[in-house]
Amino acid sequence: MSAARGARGARGAVRWPGPARSAAAGPGAALAVLVVLALFPRFVSNGLATTIAVYAVLFAAAASAWNIFSGYSGYISLGHAVFFGTGAYTVAIGARDWQLGGDQVFALLPLAAAAAAAVAVPFGLVALRVRRHTFVVITIAVFFIFQLMAFNFSFTAGSTGIIAPILNWQPATYNEPFYYLALAVAAGTAGLAWIIRGSRFGLQLRAIRDDEDRARGLGVRAMQVKLGAFVISAFVTGLVGGIWFYFIGEALPQFAFDPLFDLSVALMAFFGGLGTVWGPVLGALVIESAQQYLTVQITNDYLSEILLGALFLLVILFLPRGVIPTCGELITSWRARHRGRAPAGHAGAGQPGAGQPGAGQPATAGEVP
Amino acid sequence: MTAALRVEGVTKAFGGVQALSGCSLDVAEGSITGLIGPNGSGKTTLFNVITGYERVDAGQVYRGDRKITNLPPQRVFALGIGRTFQLTRIFPRLTVLENMLVASQHGASQHGASQHGPSQHGPSQHGPSQHGPSQHGADRRWRGPLARAGGPADRRRAMELLEFTGIERHAAALADTLSYGQRKLLELAYVLVADPAIVLLDEPAGGVNPSLIQHIAARIRELNAAGRTFLIVEHNMDFVMGLCDRITVLDYGTVVAAGPPAIVREDPRVLDAYLGADDDDKADDDEAGGGHD
Repeated sequence: MSAARGARGARGAVRWPGPARSAAAGPGAALAVLVVLALFPRFVSNGLATTIAVYAVLFAAAASAWNIFSGYSGYISLGHAVFFGTGAYTVAIGARDWQLGGDQVFALLPLAAAAAAAVAVPFGLVALRVRRHTFVVITIAVFFIFQLMAFNFSFTAGSTGIIAPILNWQPATYNEPFYYLALAVAAGTAGLAWIIRGSRFGLQLRAIRDDEDRARGLGVRAMQVKLGAFVISAFVTGLVGGIWFYFIGEALPQFAFDPLFDLSVALMAFFGGLGTVWGPVLGALVIESAQQYLTVQITNDYLSEILLGALFLLVILFLPRGVIPTCGELITSWRARHRGRAPAGHAGAGQPGAGQPGAGQPATAGEVP
Repeated sequence: MTAALRVEGVTKAFGGVQALSGCSLDVAEGSITGLIGPNGSGKTTLFNVITGYERVDAGQVYRGDRKITNLPPQRVFALGIGRTFQLTRIFPRLTVLENMLVASQHGASQHGASQHGPSQHGPSQHGPSQHGPSQHGADRRWRGPLARAGGPADRRRAMELLEFTGIERHAAALADTLSYGQRKLLELAYVLVADPAIVLLDEPAGGVNPSLIQHIAARIRELNAAGRTFLIVEHNMDFVMGLCDRITVLDYGTVVAAGPPAIVREDPRVLDAYLGADDDDKADDDEAGGGHD
């Protein structure tokens, strides 16, 4: 099978190798999910359900945005709440200081995204100079700086917080505009994640994830690429923060700059599949819905969080790479067994001794002229 | 002959260890130059200094007439200098073909060609390719950052190089699944994607079986015939002596001998420093702080 692909490649008709099949299946499935989500409020008018749905879709956008940076580049950020809070406070402060009321506040959303992106530039220029654990620690530190600032500055109103202007919408359909706005942002973000993954930019990000120094030695301008992804990710997260502020109705430092936000988006991405296009979306829809539902049903925050922790442990134990990659592998191997031969994506693994120094060579030397 | 690559009095210390001290060498345009020396003599450090992975304490590095001292790796690469690593480094979670598409094909080849101009007949050609050099230039589609990775011309070029090195069967496999020897071939192939005029190879024959060594040597000769300059660190003496036009011997971070293989082989300082003193060729994983970070 792989030989056939190689031959085709020689004539320049190479298809995207490996993930081609799942990438082709992606848009179809995504469209189906989008249609279901778009029709959801038509069939469900229960206020609790639609509230949960708004949160779930907002987090789908946030997790997907987080994944564009952290999933693709391998730089795990636990500071994205900085962008979320910046977006929320930008809308809050703008609405208060410019006395915008009602629907007008939505005009501030692009500003929320831009403010978050602007914060990401200096943040990234500092934090992206270091890698791995150090990077994670720096992002957490920057996060706490922002939370402290929100608590202590007068223009953020400190721990009093800022209340959102009242919307005179019908209570029965109050959630709907939020839902569709969030859905549009989530769909746009997932689409962007999909485009980036297939792009040269995305390939460079994934090369940085695998071996940043090697990538630099192949001409990849690592700092620009990482910073670009960081800013794009921040832009969307800020937008989500702005919508969230208006939906929840107030910005308080401990909720706008919430460490649980960072853990949640990371958990959602890990659950669904870090670095995949649809994994974080799936993770967010499942985890956020479950968390919101359990919080309401059990009326006990701790118990719902314990249950989620247990779920996380199960995922780590049985689906360590996330739901989507593991299921993808199961499907691939099932198909391969059906055809009675090794899947293309694992051609090398099928060879005796592949991966062991020395053992694989005779095969290699044998096939070259 | 002009020097494609010139190192002048480069000094580099890691803490108290003097990895390079006043090291100077020329790599002639179009040559295959060997760089040998005992373990810890500074060969890999010299590679790291040339390609921008380490900063020099003193001294200069020139690419032709251009000073490239302390330029970052991506700039050095864009100026037409590609390298492989002693412990082969590929992108394990990308497919083999994706690995081939990481290198920026256009930047490097353009710089490489303009740097050399007509003085050399080779570097802007596509080495082994039977197709003309036009295919790069012909692919002038939109190249924004969000353009799809690898246009048809890029893929064709990638597949040609995979065929050239003999691993085209594995194009769709994850690079992680390749054997050690195949990884060496992949690393060589993706460095060539960008058409570097100068290629630095760090132990291309290390840990590889004899028939594959022959294969690699033949590929290097073929690329050299098309005009590429090579600087090769290698402990396998048959490989070095058979392949290289010139050999430079390092010891304690400084050049102790340089010249054609036949002469260097007989030089008493070399026998003393290297051939006589060290017959443990293969166990060479720690060049003095050799900087695999």
